[in-house]
Amino acid sequence: MTLALVIMAATFAVSIALGLVARRGHAMTLEQWSVAGGGFGSVFVFLLMAGELYTTFTFLGGSGWAYGRGAPALYILCYPALAYSLSYFLLPAIWRISRGRGFVSQADFFVAQYGSRTLGVVVALVGVAALIPYLVLQFKGLGIIVSEASYGRVSPASAIWAGAAALIVYVVVSGVRGSAWTAALKDALILVVVVAMGLYLPYHWYGGIGPMFEAIDKARPGFLTLGGTGRSTSWFVSTVLLTSIGVYTWPQFFGGVYTARSDDVFRKNAVVLPIYQLVVLFVFFVGFAATLKVPGLIGPDGDLSLFRIARLSFSPWAIGVIGAAGLLTALVPGSMLLISAATILAKNVYQEIWPSATEHRVALVARGMVPALTLVSVLLTLHGGQAIVALLLMGYNVVTQLFPALVLALGPSPRISARAALAGIIAGEATVTVISLSGASLATLLPGWPPVITELNVGVVALVVNVAVIVIVTIATRGRQPVTTITRADGDSGERAVAAAR
Amino acid sequence: MTQPRRVGLGRYHLLGFLPAIGMLGGLAFANRVRPMVLGLPFLFFWIATWVVATSLIMWVLLRLDRANEGRNASPTSAESERAR
Repeated sequence: MTLALVIMAATFAVSIALGLVARRGHAMTLEQWSVAGGGFGSVFVFLLMAGELYTTFTFLGGSGWAYGRGAPALYILCYPALAYSLSYFLLPAIWRISRGRGFVSQADFFVAQYGSRTLGVVVALVGVAALIPYLVLQFKGLGIIVSEASYGRVSPASAIWAGAAALIVYVVVSGVRGSAWTAALKDALILVVVVAMGLYLPYHWYGGIGPMFEAIDKARPGFLTLGGTGRSTSWFVSTVLLTSIGVYTWPQFFGGVYTARSDDVFRKNAVVLPIYQLVVLFVFFVGFAATLKVPGLIGPDGDLSLFRIARLSFSPWAIGVIGAAGLLTALVPGSMLLISAATILAKNVYQEIWPSATEHRVALVARGMVPALTLVSVLLTLHGGQAIVALLLMGYNVVTQLFPALVLALGPSPRISARAALAGIIAGEATVTVISLSGASLATLLPGWPPVITELNVGVVALVVNVAVIVIVTIATRGRQPVTTITRADGDSGERAVAAAR
Repeated sequence: MTQPRRVGLGRYHLLGFLPAIGMLGGLAFANRVRPMVLGLPFLFFWIATWVVATSLIMWVLLRLDRANEGRNASPTSAESERAR
């Protein structure tokens, strides 16, 4: 009730204050605003990296999927762990290439490595296209959290508008330094809330975690294993692999990489972060506890299950604390996603079109993009009815298409030409678009094939097309000019392009 | 252009594949509810175990890399930072 709303408002005030404190003593140039001038040590990079993966998606989407689908939700536990094992190799490599080159966005990396500004613009647009569904899901979560924690007094629509206004103020004022500080507050709060709920609810309603799973297994046989059409082991394995290689193709993680002081930070993070990910198990426990106690939430409404069972089990002040934690899981990652998208649009699209723009002007445009992007996301949130997990999977299909070009660019010079990378990305995105618009699955594309194949995540198709096009273009153009000299020369001009852009 | 420090990949780096192979490869037999372990359905226990194992494997890799970097007398990142 009002008590819950007061607690949430107070938390928001504290996070704004943290943002303002964090800003002191740092002139807000674009580099400071988006990557904190590359001066973050282990702890802050850890908080940013963990904070970026630990979002409303985990909090509401994780419990929502456990509630509605059961065992397939485990993919949310698997893919970050595997992504961290990949990060051990990937992030230090990206960091070493980027060091001291003044990159602020993911597209900067591609521009410099491939020496192609066109590729930079395409990568920028792909990144923003993927970030929008991710932003939409944060706003959707924000709406759910505020309206549920207010016991329905605030409608989701007004909650989303209020949250959007708050987010704009927060991001414009403090930039990435504010995010790192608030991320510390968020992680502490969410850790306590999730573990407490995940332990208390099974004991309170079932007498323990074991008895809870026994009861679910009895009431809904097959709910706790993979299987059934659409969510088989094949789907699970392909989705986990696709999303885990996709994690570090998200533009916001490049920002995270550039904030680091040394590459050893990433290797240490790769050791600690998988265990940290186990917290997600407790989120699942909440969703599973709800599945028998607050039944009847169908489809996307499963995202409400965490708050529905919490309201049934706790007093208003506890709902306020849960709401406050939830609020931060939407605000902190939301702010980082907004910063990434705004930086990309200003630096890699606006400045490409008007190369004469001063640095001051680009920084101003970046901040001006924040309300514009927020407005677009809010409107999409209010008009779309998808579940949180579905939104993220959509973003992943778009952004994972950057993976081949990214991996092939690691090293002193890329292994493929900018043209091949560009063709691969465009072919991959075209496939994703056709598949999403037609609602096709592998079962419809390959009728009569065995389920092991047809149940694969349909994103696999786009990635195969992408790699096939890269191979074809590389072979087709190799005869004409020696590839090595092209890439080396291109690399140098890319260097100049980035230097000029600064 | 700054030449990135190239760290040679040793055979032990194949360990990096182990989390994916173990976690997902084992699903063929681990996709079951019973026996429940620590109150968790077996599938959940299997995956949680591999998540912890991933941390351990990465820790082993880090130790091996550190030892390797020391032995080859190639400067570690911190040292090369200082040397600059």
